[in-house]
Amino acid sequence: MNAQLSGMERPGRSGLAPAASAALLVILVVAMAVLPLTPLGADKFTIQLLTRIMIMAILAMSLDLAMGVCGLVSFGHAAFFGLAGYVLALVAPQGEAAGFWTSIAMAMAATAVLALVMGALVLRTTGVYFIMVTLALAQMLYFLFHDTKLAGGSDGIYIYVRPDATLFGFRPFDLDNVQHLYYVVLVALSLSYLLLRRVLSSLFGKVMSGIRINESRMQSLGYATFRYKLVCFMLSGTFAGLAGYFAAVQFGVVNPDMLGWHLSGSAMMMVILGGMGTLWGAVIGAAAMILAEMGFQALPAVTINGSEFNLGKHWQLWMGSFIVLVALYLPQGLGGALSALWRALFARKAAPRP
Amino acid sequence: MAARQGRLGSQVDIPSFFIQILNSIQYGLLLFLCASGLTLVFGIMGVINLAHGSLYMIGAYLAFSLSEHLGSLWLALPVGVVLAVVFGAVLEWLLIERLYKREHLHQVLLTYGLILVFEELRSVIWGDDVHGVSMPPLLAASIALTDTLSYPVYRLWMSGVCLVLALLMAWVLLRTRLGMIIRAGSVNSEMVQSLGINIGVIHRIVFAAGVGLAAFAGMLAAPVSSVFPGMGNQVLIICFVVVVIGGIGSLKGALVGAILIGVVDTFGKVLTLEIAGVKILPELAGMSIYLLMAVILIWRPEGIFGKVRS
Amino acid sequence: MSDIVLRTDTLTRCFGGLTAVRDVSLACRFGEIHAVIGPNGAGKSTLVNLLSGDLPPSAGRIFFGERDITGLASHQVARMGVGRSYQKTNIFLPLSTFENCRLAAQTRLGHSMRFFRHALSFAEINAAADEAMVAAGLVGRADVIAATLSHGEQRQLEIAMALATRPRLLLLDEPLAGMGGDESARIVELLGGLARDHAILLIEHDMDAVFAVADVLTVMVNGAVLESGSPESIRSSHAVQEAYLGSDGVHG
Ligand SMILES: Nc1ncnc2c1ncn2[C@@H]1O[C@H](COP(=O)(O)OP(=O)(O)OP(=O)(O)O)[C@@H](O)[C@H]1O
Ligand SMILES: [Mg+2]
Repeated sequence: MNAQLSGMERPGRSGLAPAASAALLVILVVAMAVLPLTPLGADKFTIQLLTRIMIMAILAMSLDLAMGVCGLVSFGHAAFFGLAGYVLALVAPQGEAAGFWTSIAMAMAATAVLALVMGALVLRTTGVYFIMVTLALAQMLYFLFHDTKLAGGSDGIYIYVRPDATLFGFRPFDLDNVQHLYYVVLVALSLSYLLLRRVLSSLFGKVMSGIRINESRMQSLGYATFRYKLVCFMLSGTFAGLAGYFAAVQFGVVNPDMLGWHLSGSAMMMVILGGMGTLWGAVIGAAAMILAEMGFQALPAVTINGSEFNLGKHWQLWMGSFIVLVALYLPQGLGGALSALWRALFARKAAPRP
Repeated sequence: MAARQGRLGSQVDIPSFFIQILNSIQYGLLLFLCASGLTLVFGIMGVINLAHGSLYMIGAYLAFSLSEHLGSLWLALPVGVVLAVVFGAVLEWLLIERLYKREHLHQVLLTYGLILVFEELRSVIWGDDVHGVSMPPLLAASIALTDTLSYPVYRLWMSGVCLVLALLMAWVLLRTRLGMIIRAGSVNSEMVQSLGINIGVIHRIVFAAGVGLAAFAGMLAAPVSSVFPGMGNQVLIICFVVVVIGGIGSLKGALVGAILIGVVDTFGKVLTLEIAGVKILPELAGMSIYLLMAVILIWRPEGIFGKVRS
Repeated sequence: MSDIVLRTDTLTRCFGGLTAVRDVSLACRFGEIHAVIGPNGAGKSTLVNLLSGDLPPSAGRIFFGERDITGLASHQVARMGVGRSYQKTNIFLPLSTFENCRLAAQTRLGHSMRFFRHALSFAEINAAADEAMVAAGLVGRADVIAATLSHGEQRQLEIAMALATRPRLLLLDEPLAGMGGDESARIVELLGGLARDHAILLIEHDMDAVFAVADVLTVMVNGAVLESGSPESIRSSHAVQEAYLGSDGVHG
């Protein structure tokens, strides 16, 4: 009962909040779009950081689709992220650029197939089994890439030349250009968000939430829930693949860590930190997590009782403690806290329909 | 892990087959020791503890430090277990207790955070090097099977200890009053509470025991597997596979799952060598346990001894 | 006997050593309300769970029309035109009343693999949901979150959801339990009307309601059918009076 209530949706088919948050989003996207034209945007580091955040936001959003919307707590999403990166690395000819359009399509297709196969297996289980099995299968993939020489073993593969976006002789953007990559990822994130939002409000989206809230009731209403969960898992995996593809483009290297469970754990943390089931929460969560990570890494060295202790080097200690605290005290995430605040401030104005 | 160190020629004769059997069982029993804590904590408190593998690692590092300081593994084992159990009780009191009524997702998140904390603390305290732990001289010998093949006494001893512990656990759970209360509490904690038993204390005991088991498994394994960063995570994933195969919450399932994994992992390596003849991706043998898991998932998604949801 | 919508043949379900439903053979006809009564633990809910596919039977067969549906999953059974309500309220608590009904009505579209068109733009589905809410007496409660509905209203919603799927056979497990007097009367009236174009299997403890609407009555005791027949024959049955009606087993 409590678990059900935690995903409480706002009443009403219209309301103040959706319009306001839409306006907020437009402002945010416009601000992001003009940023590279401002002095702040001239800083390569900032642009790259924002690109990285947006890539992780796509990953977190994809996980939110499975976890926050449909209730599929996947601890293996890094598998899709990493696989897409490896696909790019493997299809790129030695020392030459891969075609952007074909390689991105191939990467997403490959992750869709992986998600289909993995989903067919893991969706036979529920609850805590689902968590363990997704983790175990993703680790299997990790070991496959780590222990064998299929794709560079534990060192991974370098992508020396970034994909070439030429289409019918015209080259719309150059991925070697940091600002171009920034814009491409911004467009990818915005489109992904709009598309997934659209899916959420579709019939399929309603089925997904129904499954999260009460799967057995959905079945007795006549929904073959397995099929819907499988499609959701595939969709989610494919978007995780999109994120992984851009990550490989940005970093110019893929390695088994891209498939590792630390990434799955981080993605999960992003979704929870931002607030589940809203998609925009995942974006907030991704930004918050990456900034927190940077903050922890930037901690100085201190001297305790004469011996030096580097706080920043041991940033995982603070990250771990941070995660523990969020799990204990902020289970609905920043998004949940913001929504609660919003409700407290504006709830009375949004009168329910008579 | 441990079994990986078993060396074998390319053709399998009777003595080396026998050695592989012993290795399988020894590896399986060790896995059981580790997985039993995981499965008990889940079966009784409904908590999924991702940090279980880290506790295995902490056990191994304790064995390393304590045997250096105390001079012998014999002393390190009991001291280490006591420390681990106390640590487990404190951990339960501080954090785990708050998870009993929470969703699995929050349990996963919190215990994932703990993994990062434990792993980094390990780095702060012990550094990132690989360490060896020496066997007690009494067990350092090998038993000759043929002129060329022999089997280390330590591994036999390990198997024996694990077996004794497995029996002890079964006895406690099935034959003692405490075990009865624990089993009753896992089904209906209100009822147990109404009998005037403090279920909180029972939970603390079970969690501390689970930590003790994981740490003890790590201590036992330390001399054969050596002690290295990330060793806990490797074990955790395999324990998950064990528990998924056996059915979570079932001790019997953990035992059967662990032995199965022991056999499949050990023979998977031998057989790929055999079939392939030459070394065509012998590393792929590492996949065999996941394949086994996949087969079990298709056949019985709730695990061999898992309860069917109705 | 083409008007038989559902028929069971020696249906049996065991839970370990307990036989909750034993050799039950009954039929539900189009245009009829078939009430099943019996003391607590008689196996009535288990019977419904078997019919709806929520539980697989241990033995026996179930026929929906001519088709053998034994062992089908609940969603397959539902798809064939079986709607059910639960004794223990089983709704989507975080969703609005309307959305609960809309989700139920959505199953009429065949499948929901539709990813782009807005869910609220399917007029016929919205209309079906509204209609079900009106029928169950939930007018004006459309936008209320189900979790905040009163207990009686949640029971009404349970019925509305069963109606919204537009089934041919309705399995109603104690629909009146926990409902206020007015609503109860309203639902009884609704059932009478529904009986015209549905087959209804009604589990109910409220004897007044049962005798008011039922066309056929089956009495279950300890998992088995004790007696089955018209309301008059059941009322006058000696065995039934002794085993059930005569004692204080009548609830509500
Ligand atoms: N899932 C289950 N597992 C084990 N036993 C069950 C299960 N479901 C029901 N039973 C048992 O089967 C018997 C019949 O239960 P059922 O709920 O069908 O009775 P009922 O006639 O609906 O009773 P009530 O009038 O109280 O609703 C009871 O003894 C019950 O304890
Ligand atoms: Mg009942």
